[in-house]
Amino acid sequence: MIRRARELYAYREIILNLVRKELKVKYTASVLGAIWSVLNPIVFLAVFWFVSKVLGSSVKDYPVFLLAGLLAWNLFSVSLSAGAQSVIANANLVKKVYFPREILPLATVGVSLFDFVLQSAVFFAAMIIFRYGFQLDVVWLYPIAFIALLTVTVAVTFWVSALNVRYRDVQHLIGLALLVWFWVTPIVYAAGVVYTNVLTIPHGSLAWRVYLLNPLTWIVFGFQRALYHSSDATQKLAPYSAGQLAIGLGVVTLVGLGVLYLTWRVFFSMSGDFAEEL
Amino acid sequence: MNGIPAIEVLGVSKRFRMYKEKPSSIKQRLLAGRVRADDFWALRDVSLTVPEGQSLALIGHNGSGKSTLLKVVAGILRPSAGVVRERGRIAGLLELGAGFHPELTGNENVYLNASFLGLSRKATDRVYDDIVGFAEMEEFMQTQVKFYSSGMLMRLGFACAVHVDPEIILIDEVLAVGDEAFQARCLDRIRTFQADGRTIVLVTHALDLARQLCDAAVMLDHGVVYAAGSPDDVVREMRLTILHHDLEFAREEGTKEVEIFGAALLRGLDPIDGPLDPGQTLTIQVDLKANEPVTDPVVSFALHDGANNFVFGGDTARQGVDLGRVDGKRRVRFRLGPLPFTGGKYWVTLGVHSRDNARVYHVQDQRYSFEVRQLEGRRDQTFMPIGIEVEDP
Repeated sequence: MIRRARELYAYREIILNLVRKELKVKYTASVLGAIWSVLNPIVFLAVFWFVSKVLGSSVKDYPVFLLAGLLAWNLFSVSLSAGAQSVIANANLVKKVYFPREILPLATVGVSLFDFVLQSAVFFAAMIIFRYGFQLDVVWLYPIAFIALLTVTVAVTFWVSALNVRYRDVQHLIGLALLVWFWVTPIVYAAGVVYTNVLTIPHGSLAWRVYLLNPLTWIVFGFQRALYHSSDATQKLAPYSAGQLAIGLGVVTLVGLGVLYLTWRVFFSMSGDFAEEL
Repeated sequence: MNGIPAIEVLGVSKRFRMYKEKPSSIKQRLLAGRVRADDFWALRDVSLTVPEGQSLALIGHNGSGKSTLLKVVAGILRPSAGVVRERGRIAGLLELGAGFHPELTGNENVYLNASFLGLSRKATDRVYDDIVGFAEMEEFMQTQVKFYSSGMLMRLGFACAVHVDPEIILIDEVLAVGDEAFQARCLDRIRTFQADGRTIVLVTHALDLARQLCDAAVMLDHGVVYAAGSPDDVVREMRLTILHHDLEFAREEGTKEVEIFGAALLRGLDPIDGPLDPGQTLTIQVDLKANEPVTDPVVSFALHDGANNFVFGGDTARQGVDLGRVDGKRRVRFRLGPLPFTGGKYWVTLGVHSRDNARVYHVQDQRYSFEVRQLEGRRDQTFMPIGIEVEDP
């Protein structure tokens, strides 16, 4: 595995080139270019802002709350759905050129990472322009949450990209799974509210623990805690301090690394047959 | 050539599963139960070694497994059994436009392609101009590759592959696309590679190219090594099998009223052993046996070189020799004067036929062979005795 990692490092240039290629192909043929990737969260934001205004959202400064989790989620979900098709989309490379196949899903993660950075930049700029700002005593959680997010994303992307070569309906399954996953993760709704409500039902604390099994929940908790600091944060965010979340995210990262090791091996052992399966 | 293997292929087999209908989804997999698949062995227990600095030609008919073997060596396909070991960086030129993305410009593709071949951006910067110059593509580098012709694709692909400084280069039949001038430059480049002591594996249908370019050849047939050795010999084998495909009877034919029941290649009266020197004489001795009395048969011989080119021939009638009525046995000797050949293997075809050629009694196609030495340190294409006279006029 170490040897494999070293080989991957030797071929790192390909990842950059493929990311560059994907971005170029994605954006050059379109008039608006990179604006597309910023447009997506803006439209999302506008819709949710509108909905929360019309239906009335209990969450103060809702756009900040929403985007904190949503951008992280986008990185994860786009990586997954694009990563699932990464090997198939590059069939002509896989069949004709040798390179470590891991590069393909990694490149799609790279592409969504690029979008993530772009969107986050717009988001942060908006936070500053609208004088929302950052709070230094929690913002340190941001990189920790980000590392956890990246680990989990790569781990799952490896797995689905290898699986989708053999079973093409994996990509449809992923669409469904992501839909469910999106709603069981506290992105558009406030986890704090869920927490107070869930404790009132029988076996509520058990249900809450099950809820916490979702690694994305912890990651979104982390991003929200790091960025959202309105007056009702204590009430609307998950009932954990930044310190507790850091520990939780550490666990998520460690487990994520373990899973990454497994899915990487699965990917590696399946990748030998990619050239034939395609 | 220091004999260290650059590529070792040890007992490699490759099985492809030919699915009647391949289950490509989980649903189908669940419904189908056991999947019916036929095994197709593209390679079976293939072993070969390419020493560092040598060039190997892989030849064989369509579907013989050449390209599969090359892909296994390149690491694109994983062998079903066996091991492949390589020393050094490999650059593969397996297919036209492999490693190019149609939406990107030529310029961007050079960087993309070079990174597939293991080159960093900086290193590519250094050779970029050479690549473009070699491909003669200066004006087209800002054009998207999807607008390229196949010749342009090939030129750029080859230029990339040869400029990334690989220790091993694998070429699969892509050279056929370029025009003659470019092909000549590719060959030049390949020769430079050889001179630099790099290792080359070339899959080709151009048998003469294989002979000119390579130190060794391997012929695959239905996934097994059919012949291996010097390019001359292997190409000959290959040509023979082509003949076999075309006319199965070519090797031995005739109505056999008279039959060649023995033949020998002699020097003086002794059978030759080992290679001859240019300028030596050779006797072809043919023993005939008549199964029925035949009047006035003609015995002929033909010599072919290692590449199956006809080089020389003769027969009794043309030499004004009349064999008369043959009943029983008869022996004919052709005495060939100083051999004008240098360095190579020659194959002898013998035949007996009627004077008007209407009846072919018996032909033995290229059954016998002899070898002529290349004189040390000489590059002569032919040999002739030289007399020298020096005088003070």
